[in-house]
Amino acid sequence: MSFQAVMSQVMLGLNNGVFYAMLSLGLAVIFGLLNIVNFVHGALYMLGAYVALLGFTRLGPLVGLPDYQMNFWVALVAAPLVVGALGMAIERTMLRRIRKFDHLYGLLLTFGLALILQGVFTNYFNVSGDPYEGKPEIFNGAVNLGFMFFPKYRIFAILASLAVCFATWFVIERTKLGSYLRAGTENPELVKAFGVNVPLMITLTYGFGVGLAALAGVLAAPIYSVSPVMGSEMIITVFAVVVIGGMGSIMGSIVTGLLLGMVEGFTKVVYAPASSTVIFLIMVIVLLVKPAGLFGKEA
Amino acid sequence: MPEAEPREMLRTRGLQAWYGESHILHGIDLVVREGEVVTLLGRNGAGRTTILKAILGMVGRRSGSIEVDGVETVGMPTHRIARLGIGYCPEERGIFSNLTVEENLLLPREVRAGGLPLEEIYAMFPNLLERRGSLGTRISGGEQQMLAMARILRTGARLLLLDEITEGLAPVIVQSLHGLIGKLKAKGFTIVLVEQNFHFAANLADRHYVIERGMIADMIPCEDLVASTGKLNQYLGV
Repeated sequence: MSFQAVMSQVMLGLNNGVFYAMLSLGLAVIFGLLNIVNFVHGALYMLGAYVALLGFTRLGPLVGLPDYQMNFWVALVAAPLVVGALGMAIERTMLRRIRKFDHLYGLLLTFGLALILQGVFTNYFNVSGDPYEGKPEIFNGAVNLGFMFFPKYRIFAILASLAVCFATWFVIERTKLGSYLRAGTENPELVKAFGVNVPLMITLTYGFGVGLAALAGVLAAPIYSVSPVMGSEMIITVFAVVVIGGMGSIMGSIVTGLLLGMVEGFTKVVYAPASSTVIFLIMVIVLLVKPAGLFGKEA
Repeated sequence: MPEAEPREMLRTRGLQAWYGESHILHGIDLVVREGEVVTLLGRNGAGRTTILKAILGMVGRRSGSIEVDGVETVGMPTHRIARLGIGYCPEERGIFSNLTVEENLLLPREVRAGGLPLEEIYAMFPNLLERRGSLGTRISGGEQQMLAMARILRTGARLLLLDEITEGLAPVIVQSLHGLIGKLKAKGFTIVLVEQNFHFAANLADRHYVIERGMIADMIPCEDLVASTGKLNQYLGV
C-alpha cells in the first residue's frame, strides 16, 4: 500500500465527500427548521445537474437561439434559483399542509415526489446518462500535487463546495439571520411572537436547502455522468452521513460528509469491495454507541 | 371638562379560544388602558396563560374580538400582531438554548422606535453583560428571567404580556423584578401580568381580573383590594 495510492484515493474520496457535505448540509438545515426528512433532495440534486445539461444542450434551440449554450457559470447561479423556486413552491403547496403531522408523513411525501421526478426524467432521458460538455476550458488539464496529478476541475469543485459549506455555516452560526434560524428550530411559535415572519423563513430555508442540492448537482455534472438516477444513488449515502453527523447538526453534516468521503476513498485502497459498505458500517456503530450522532445533541 | 381616559392599548370582547378540540376560553371581556398594570389571577389551568397566547394568536383557534392599540387582530398572523408593539415574556422564560445571551437579547425584532439601547440594557442588568457570550440556558434562573425581560425592553414594545415571571425564583430576585415592574410602570409601559404570587402583584396593579374556567369571575380594582382579600383567597384557594 503506497503513500501515493492512499493519497490519490483519499483525494478522490474528498471529492465525493464535498458533495456528501453539501447535500447533507441542505438536509440538516431543512430538518432543523421544517422537521422534514427531505427524501426529494437527491432528485433535486439531479434536477440541478439537468438544468446545467439541458441549458447547455437544449435551451438555445428551444427559445429560438440555436447557437446559445448556457455557460457553466450561468448554470451555477441559474440551477439553484430554478430548483430553489421549485422547492419553495413544493413547501408552500404541499409540505406546509403536513407540518403538524409526524415526520413520517413528510418522508413519504418527499419520497413520492422523488420517485415522480426520477420517473419523469427516466422517461425522457433514460437511465444511461449523458456527459456534460460545458466545463469551462480554464479547468482543462491537471495539477501535480506531488503524489498524483489531480484534475483542475476537481480541485475547483472541492474548493467551491468547501467555500459554500463554510459560508453557510458562518451565516447560520454567526449572523442575526442565523440566530432566527436556530431559534426557529427550537421554538418557532415564540419566534413568531417576537415579530419574525416564521412561515416565510421556512419557505426561504427550504428553497435555500434545495438550492444547495442543485448547486452540488451543477458542480457534479462535469465529473459524473448526468442521469436521472444520480440522485437516488447518492441520497442513501447522504442520509447515512446525516445520521452519523447528527440529524440537524450543521457542522456535523459538513465535517462528517468530508471525512466519510475520505474514509470511503481510503477503504478503496485497503479493501475495495467494502468501500460502498463502510459508511453504513460506521452508521451502525455510531447509532449503537451515540444514537444522536457524532455532533448531535442527546435528547 | 372631565379629563379624557387614556387610550385603550388592549380590549377583548367575547374572546374564545381552543386548542384542538379543547375549548379553553369562554368569552373574555377585558380592557387595559395605556400605562396601566393589570393582573390576571387564578388557579393553574384557569386559562390565564391562554389569554396571553390568544392575544398573540398562539392558540389553535380563537373567535371574538381582540383590539391591540385600536387594531383588530383576530385573523392576523402572530408576527404581525407582535409588530403592533407587544413584548411577550412567556411562562418558563423561553430562553433559546442554542443562542448566546446576547443573541437571545437581540433576537426579537424592534417593533417600535424608542426601545432601550443595548448599552442601557447592560447597565440595567450587569450580569447579562458579563455572561453575554454564554449559551442562554447556561445562566442561572434569575439571570434567565432578567434576560427574558431585557430582550423585550429592547424592542420598543409598549404593551408587555408577562407570564408568571416570578415562578421558581429566589425571594431576592423576585424583589428586584418587583422593582423593575414598578420602574416600567413609572415609565408608562402598559403591562398585563399573569401571576400566581398575588403579593407580588398586589401593590403594582391598577386592577385584578380573576379568571376561573376560562371566564372572568371577578374584577377587583386596586382600591378595593383590602376589602376583597377574603373573597380573593377563596378564588385562589389560598
